[in-house]
Amino acid sequence: MSETPAEGPEEDEKAEKRRWFGRLKSGLGRSSDKLTGGITDIFTKRKLDEESLAELEELLIMADLGPATAAKVAGDFAGARFGKEVTPEEVRGALAEQIARILEPAARPLEIDPAIRPFVVLVVGVNGTGKTTTIGKLAKRLRDEGRSVMLCAGDTFRAAAIEQLQIWGERIGAPVVAGKQGASPAGLAYDAFVRAKAEGTEVLLVDTAGRLHNKAHLMEELEKIIRVLRKHDESAPHATLLVLDATTGQNALAQVETFQKAAPLTGLVVTKLDGSARGGVIVALAERFGIPVNAVGVGEGAEDLRPFSARDFARGLMGLEG
Amino acid sequence: MFESLSSRLGEVFDKLTRRGALREEDVDAALREVRVALLEADVALPVVKTFIEGVRERAVGQEVLRSVTPGQMVVKIVHDHLVEMLGGEAEEINLRAAPPVAILMVGLQGSGKTTSTAKIAKLLTTRQKKKVLMASLDVRRPAAQEQLAVLGRQAGIATLPVVMGEPPVAIARRAMQSARLEAYDVVMLDTAGRLHVDDALMTEAEAVAQVVGAVETLLVADAMTGQDAVNVAQSFDQRLTLTGIVLTRVDGDARGGAALSMRGVTGRPIKLMGTGEGLDAIEPFHPDRIAGRILGMGDIVGLVEKAQETMEEDEAKRLAKKFEKGKFDLEDMAQQLRQMRKMGGLEGVLGLLPGVGKMKKQLAQANVDESMLIRQEAMISSMTVKERQRPEIIKASRKRRIATGSGTSVQDINKLLKQFQEMQRMMKQMKKLGQKGMMRGGMPGMPGMPGGPGLPQR
Repeated sequence: MSETPAEGPEEDEKAEKRRWFGRLKSGLGRSSDKLTGGITDIFTKRKLDEESLAELEELLIMADLGPATAAKVAGDFAGARFGKEVTPEEVRGALAEQIARILEPAARPLEIDPAIRPFVVLVVGVNGTGKTTTIGKLAKRLRDEGRSVMLCAGDTFRAAAIEQLQIWGERIGAPVVAGKQGASPAGLAYDAFVRAKAEGTEVLLVDTAGRLHNKAHLMEELEKIIRVLRKHDESAPHATLLVLDATTGQNALAQVETFQKAAPLTGLVVTKLDGSARGGVIVALAERFGIPVNAVGVGEGAEDLRPFSARDFARGLMGLEG
Repeated sequence: MFESLSSRLGEVFDKLTRRGALREEDVDAALREVRVALLEADVALPVVKTFIEGVRERAVGQEVLRSVTPGQMVVKIVHDHLVEMLGGEAEEINLRAAPPVAILMVGLQGSGKTTSTAKIAKLLTTRQKKKVLMASLDVRRPAAQEQLAVLGRQAGIATLPVVMGEPPVAIARRAMQSARLEAYDVVMLDTAGRLHVDDALMTEAEAVAQVVGAVETLLVADAMTGQDAVNVAQSFDQRLTLTGIVLTRVDGDARGGAALSMRGVTGRPIKLMGTGEGLDAIEPFHPDRIAGRILGMGDIVGLVEKAQETMEEDEAKRLAKKFEKGKFDLEDMAQQLRQMRKMGGLEGVLGLLPGVGKMKKQLAQANVDESMLIRQEAMISSMTVKERQRPEIIKASRKRRIATGSGTSVQDINKLLKQFQEMQRMMKQMKKLGQKGMMRGGMPGMPGMPGGPGLPQR
């Protein structure tokens, strides 16, 4: 947001890492103050007993892990330590480690295969999760890495969604394939693919309209976009990202499950982690679907889209320093 | 994904056969299930605790009515208490002030502020004959101001001309000035999405509220919001003194516990809910419907309304007439298939029904195939008009032709015809029964509905 970007490339990386963690932590910190405060209350020189376990479970529930996952995580955690004297720090550290272990397999960045041209990335999700903004940020990062990028303004439903993407395109110097509002998104995706192929573009990012996953006709529309892309390239889309709002509760599970059926997902992007929502539902998602988290959004600036680090996320959640 | 509360409680109370008053230990066992149900529905934990306490006080010692099981009794107590906490009656938008009345729309990014702004403006224009001006104060998200302008054109609502680079407070001031000069009744101010923890932006919102003297400050919140709903609602209320909440995306399948959380911590009424993408898709808040959903008991009212909404009135009349005569052909069946798809397919319809947790499992086991609906439509489309009106003429060679035309097999055609015959038989029975108790203009004999003539099988 207001931070100035660092200059040298190496320094840049270090600073960036600090900044990303700081930002994530300051966001998570606001809420984990309460969480860790709670833990301190429970565990100051106390034995880990049924009661404290129940309280621990509640704290996880408040982080949106959901009752089932919270019970499992708390239960597993207590396993070896039950009845022992534990300090709040031990609890925090160990719990963070355990959550990190669950998330570790999911921490995989989006990988662009340079052998595939154009590498088609389809971005999907329910309304208002930040699809267009994520595409803007992702495109910026890819441009900074020196790749050629094309954007397809596939959200032809929401008013001014096309203009929103066009503004991003201008900012970062990427051509935008756009039609009129109300145009067929599948047709547009087809045109974009043809153009990207002809121009030798490396990455094609396809935006889609927000759709509630329980609306069958909208999910069919999504399937059609994929069918049309596959007419050109059977392996397309090469990545399909579901953009998930960190403030979302347990409905995220239904979102992943249903979108998965219409558009095989390759990864998640979790946005708005700079608020006080902790996005604990990611833990439930990792447990149930094992789907990779490709990136997280921690602010409105283009530089605020970051790779997901299981350890940082889990430790941030527990209010621990990186 | 979630088991309905009724079936869970059924399990708890299966062991209990005794009647009489609800005993404390029984109530406690039931409330453990209620607690899980509420948490799965995303009701915030502190609110869950208060709620459960309230229910316990009411339930213990309560006489179980003779006609119901103890489980049903608890569900009823829980449901009634929930409706009460959500706020018995819907409250309207308050316009009781000297015009122009300022309505400020606030909320997190992506909660649906701009769409809700246009929906409310349209509602006030058409239902209450108010002259409404909309202004976008969102100078942050690219093309946000353009978005409101486009919606304004679509809905026929005036929007304040955009001046590039003008800061939010200045836009707000200009909007009020224009409204005064041009005699508008209402000014709707759409603001940028902001995090409640972003002090600078919250201060800016405070300044806007002060400048315009907002009569209504509405928090727009997504029905899918998780535990954080309490923090969001509380912070916005503390900084801006909310007058109400607009719950969006109620047409999704989220259980909507956020409604109870936000109402619980702020005491502010939920005034409206967004129920679709169209600009007319906004309704007064129905506490009973949301209560049913939070408890996982389905939304029957929603189902009926959805059926009414998707079925054109003329079409319904035409069908009703046919049923009266006992005539029902393949054309009508195709019509029903189309309608079902409009309503969100089998799962969409079932999601609104009570006890769906259990049924969805059975459906999955029965291999019910959504795409079968589409294929059946295709089969009917491949028939001639004559064949649709008189299916009995469809014999071997016609079947082959239809199968080829629709990309299916003769077996599929046979199945379709068999299903059709069963439906026709049902229609005749209905005719015999007369119109007593039948849902007129509702969903007569919809294929695949529970109790109907069999689901399409894979």
